[in-house]
Amino acid sequence: MSDITAQLQERILVLDGAMGTMIQAYGFEEEDYRGTQFKDHHCPVKGNNDMLSITQPQAIKDIHRSYLEAGADIIETNTFSSTSIGMADYAMEDAVYDLNYAAAKIAREAADEFTTANPKQPRFVAGSIGPTNKTASMSPDVNDPGYRAITFDALVAAYAEQVEGLVAGGVDILLVETVFDTLNAKAALFAIESLKQEKGWNHPVMISGTITDASGRTLSGQTVEAFLVSIAHLPLLSVGFNCALGADQLYPYVKRLDAIAPFCVSAHPNAGLPNAFGAYDQSPEEMLALLEPYLKDAVVNIIGGCCGTTPAHIEKIAQAAKNFTPRNIKINTHA
Amino acid sequence: MPRTTPHLMLSGLEALHVTPQTNFVNIGERTNVTGSRKFLRLIQAGDFNAAVEIAREQVLGGAQIIDVNMDEGMIDGVEAMTTFLNLIAAEPDIARVPVMIDSSKWEIIEAGLKVVQGKCVVNSISLKEGEAEFIATAKKIRRYGSAVVVMAFDEKGQADTLDRRIEICKRSYDILVNEVQFPPQDIIFDPNIFPVATGMEEHKTNAVDFFKATAWIRKNLPYANVSGGVSNVSFSFRGNNRVREAMHAAFLYHGIQHGMNLGIVNPTLLEVYDEIPKDLLEYVEDVLLNRRPDATERLLDFAEGVKGNSTKTAKEEATWRQEPLQHRITHALIKGIDAYIIEDVEAARLEVDRPIEVIEGHLMNGMNVVGDLFGEGKMFLPQVVKSARVMKKAVAYLQPFIHAEKNEVAPSAGKVLMATVKGDVHDIGKNIVSVVLACNNFEIIDLGVMVPPEKIIETARQEQVDVIGLSGLITPSLDEMIYVAQEMKRQEVKIPLLIGGATTSKAHTAVKIAPEGLDAIIHVNDASKAVNVLSQLLNEKTGPKYKLQIREDYDSFRDKFLDRTSKKSYLSLPAARENKLQLNWENFTPVVPQHLGTHTINDMDLELLLPYIDWSPFFRSWDLHGKFPNILTDVVVGSQARELFDDAQALLETIIKEQWLTAKARFGLFPANSVDDDIEVYADSERNTVLAKWITLRQQLQKRAGEPNLALADFIVPKAHNITDYMGCFCVTTGFGTDARAKAFEAANDDYNSIMLKALADRLAEAFAEYLHQQVRTHFWGYSPEENLDNDALIGEQYKGIRPAPGYPACPDHLEKKTLWKLLDVEETIGVQLTDSLAMWPAASVSGYYFGHPEARYFGLGKIKDDQLLDYCSRRVLPEAEGRKWLNPNLT
Repeated sequence: MSDITAQLQERILVLDGAMGTMIQAYGFEEEDYRGTQFKDHHCPVKGNNDMLSITQPQAIKDIHRSYLEAGADIIETNTFSSTSIGMADYAMEDAVYDLNYAAAKIAREAADEFTTANPKQPRFVAGSIGPTNKTASMSPDVNDPGYRAITFDALVAAYAEQVEGLVAGGVDILLVETVFDTLNAKAALFAIESLKQEKGWNHPVMISGTITDASGRTLSGQTVEAFLVSIAHLPLLSVGFNCALGADQLYPYVKRLDAIAPFCVSAHPNAGLPNAFGAYDQSPEEMLALLEPYLKDAVVNIIGGCCGTTPAHIEKIAQAAKNFTPRNIKINTHA
Repeated sequence: MPRTTPHLMLSGLEALHVTPQTNFVNIGERTNVTGSRKFLRLIQAGDFNAAVEIAREQVLGGAQIIDVNMDEGMIDGVEAMTTFLNLIAAEPDIARVPVMIDSSKWEIIEAGLKVVQGKCVVNSISLKEGEAEFIATAKKIRRYGSAVVVMAFDEKGQADTLDRRIEICKRSYDILVNEVQFPPQDIIFDPNIFPVATGMEEHKTNAVDFFKATAWIRKNLPYANVSGGVSNVSFSFRGNNRVREAMHAAFLYHGIQHGMNLGIVNPTLLEVYDEIPKDLLEYVEDVLLNRRPDATERLLDFAEGVKGNSTKTAKEEATWRQEPLQHRITHALIKGIDAYIIEDVEAARLEVDRPIEVIEGHLMNGMNVVGDLFGEGKMFLPQVVKSARVMKKAVAYLQPFIHAEKNEVAPSAGKVLMATVKGDVHDIGKNIVSVVLACNNFEIIDLGVMVPPEKIIETARQEQVDVIGLSGLITPSLDEMIYVAQEMKRQEVKIPLLIGGATTSKAHTAVKIAPEGLDAIIHVNDASKAVNVLSQLLNEKTGPKYKLQIREDYDSFRDKFLDRTSKKSYLSLPAARENKLQLNWENFTPVVPQHLGTHTINDMDLELLLPYIDWSPFFRSWDLHGKFPNILTDVVVGSQARELFDDAQALLETIIKEQWLTAKARFGLFPANSVDDDIEVYADSERNTVLAKWITLRQQLQKRAGEPNLALADFIVPKAHNITDYMGCFCVTTGFGTDARAKAFEAANDDYNSIMLKALADRLAEAFAEYLHQQVRTHFWGYSPEENLDNDALIGEQYKGIRPAPGYPACPDHLEKKTLWKLLDVEETIGVQLTDSLAMWPAASVSGYYFGHPEARYFGLGKIKDDQLLDYCSRRVLPEAEGRKWLNPNLT
């Protein structure tokens, strides 16, 4: 993937926006989720957006296309929850490899269409690896602080399965995102590194943490610096933050990363904070205004959107990003 | 990192950078079953909660990394490591520092690596089992994202020479960096610290070789770090902590000079390099640096002397033991030496007809000399108390002989009843006076602390005492004293009453107690004056005249005092409130505490409090006046102060080593706002639930123009501003364990150490309060994270924010302690209780509030008017009479 590193030296790359927000607009019902493939699945599956890569591939591909149309350089696969841990909620652990493979393949096809149409702007597929819904370094039970709902080994196994599917489906990059517990992320990195060694892969890895509130720390309590130190043992393509906060609230933490990170820096904040109904109100223009300091101060190499962002948001961001130079960094790609 | 040179970086919840500018990173070693028996015991017993507290103490005490080791045959290491690390992950004040996972077993190390989110250090790997295993293990460690300690150990064994150290470290480095792609800055070499001064020729260069190897590594193996377990070096001096401490400090000093940048250090066994006595330092460095062939022998010889602390006494002993018997007894009494007193008293007893004559003769002769010297200012209080110890021992020995001869009554200068009044537990001053009087042949009936008035009067009657002495420290005790005086008058107990204690004063005695019209009431706040006062009072000739004199003196003092106070002018409460301190809240953003809510420290390491001790009040409690440390070189009291200080240090060492005292703390930080002169404390930042209400009092004395009439509430954002402010409160104690030990001393006729123990417990409590306040400022609240003040600066209160204590000048209302106890569950959590008069038990306890505003300052409330009293009573919902009782000392 020397391709993407060359691109990163030259310009700010744009990551796509929210997948969930776009899927919502389709208003899929239980039977749409099931499609033909999961017609007889024994439990309800509505809300399992990741399975749509198999049952509604056209919708997912169209969403990718709309982001690529808007100017996104990197699109994320529809696999945020596609681990055996995440799929346990829908009793679909067995489908994990297929989900990742299918999602990666759809994104690959969409990206390749656009690269072929305009080779000057190559598009990349990042395999989205979410945090799972369990934390390895925190107890879910306040009365039993020593208890853990998941072990490091179980996470490594789950992530390895996901990564194999993503790579087989053709992703360019692996994106460990929305890290709220650094130990989960370390398990993902452990799985990726083991597979790389075993299979001789050389996929760049992006990692993106989540600062949960104004304390400036991850959910598991780490400061920006501590988070970086904890995951910097591998040669990463980028480190950044996403989700939970709007662009303005996230800025100080991205700025801190800019000061200390030996990798590229990414940011994909939410479109503001959710309103009382859980929806995001920030317009593309409003969000762009809040992202301006990121561009002007050259603190990022990769920029995009998380919850509540749409192709309209990404279009604004992509247009603006063209006019600014990226954060200055020597990229170390040796794996 | 691209913008700095590569350096070791580790993380817990926060990052730790070990840069070339970092002087030294200390690694806490007590969460290690192989190094700490206490920790081992707790892990074996499955008491992980207590084990977690050890980790907390280490971090609070300044450990920048904590080493965790579970290598013990009887422990399931994987299980214990996992459980312990999971538990400390849930404690933000521990988890903020990185963990060193210490084991000789890979499965234990790996279990640890699987549960820690931060970047750890693995301790350790080596070439012991060959290259293949070394590489495989290093690769795994790398994948877990950990740094590593590499021991200078290979297939042939542990490196014990300079060349071998260099050879193994170089080989390890090359393999790690070139074959494993291990970042060199993540490598920490441990080039083996071995004991010196063992008597073995080949051990002489152990320290030098370590230093040289360290320097070589730092020069030739770029970015690598050097660490080691320092206490190994002094192995051959086990049992001689003074020498060990000096060796550790000197070793560390030279180690750091040579490039050692991390180390496992036991802070309880570490002296400050600059404070090592020059002679000891020279011997130690001769050994460490192998500067002369006989270095070991010389240090061993010297160590013998240092150990027994007996280098000089040997010679003196030879001379005074040759003197005649009376001289020897007098010498023993003056010097407070009790080693030979039984022997000498026995010799004296055989010389006389009746055993009582030894007391009347030999011992009283000696004590008269002591009394004279004391009177002339040539002896000081601590010495007199030591003399008393010798005296008591002698008398105790003679008692059975005296009892054997009926009809013997020891002569007495007078019978004195001593008591600390009801509701008060402070007795250091009372005990000192008792001892001094006892030395001067007064018979003392000491009723102890918290003595109800009925018991005082009943005992005075039954025992037909000549004088009653009352003592107390807290302000409510003043009223108790008044009450005792009233009762004495009512019940016609016509004997003199002596008043003493820190809050008592001649003014209070004259104005509030003396009008009760007793036989004689005298304020005696100085132990050295007590003898003189009592001698005059009880002398049949001078007594009546002296009493008259006192009465006249107190009457005129009272008149002048009342005259003066009546001329002061006071503002009405509304006018005082109008003139409150107006802080600019518009531009004020309160710092949100890092750790809101309540916290408990169950077993604070006393050792860590030592640097925080303010010694000046300690000397004051012994009637030695001057500022520490200058007092040690004072021309008048210097040598006595030094001796007292040495004794204090010795006892302090025992207290710590044998864990006589248990130090506990409970504190909390809460959202708060002021509402007029009250401060509301809330359950959360929403401020809907009021947890507690502090009632602060406002100065009413008319101030100069521009000077505000302060109340503590002025330092908190008013609720009307709709900004959530914060405040805190605390209670610390170091008093658990004092009573039993003090009683044991007293039973052994050793009042000197009993008083010393209590005085030290008090100092430790104050030190704990100082320490905790610093922790709150820099960490728990965290509004001054960068604060770096030495103890003088702390004593000088140069920090931001204040910690006023209920019952003291800014907030004299003791009832606030009830609020504090309820808010923090003080009694339930750490067991400190409040007496009827709201004194804290154990006595060595401190409680107070935390105010963080940069403008917050200490002040004295002064006198308040009745309008504020009434306002206060309605705010507190208290009958006026009761409000009057509690605020009495502050009412005009």
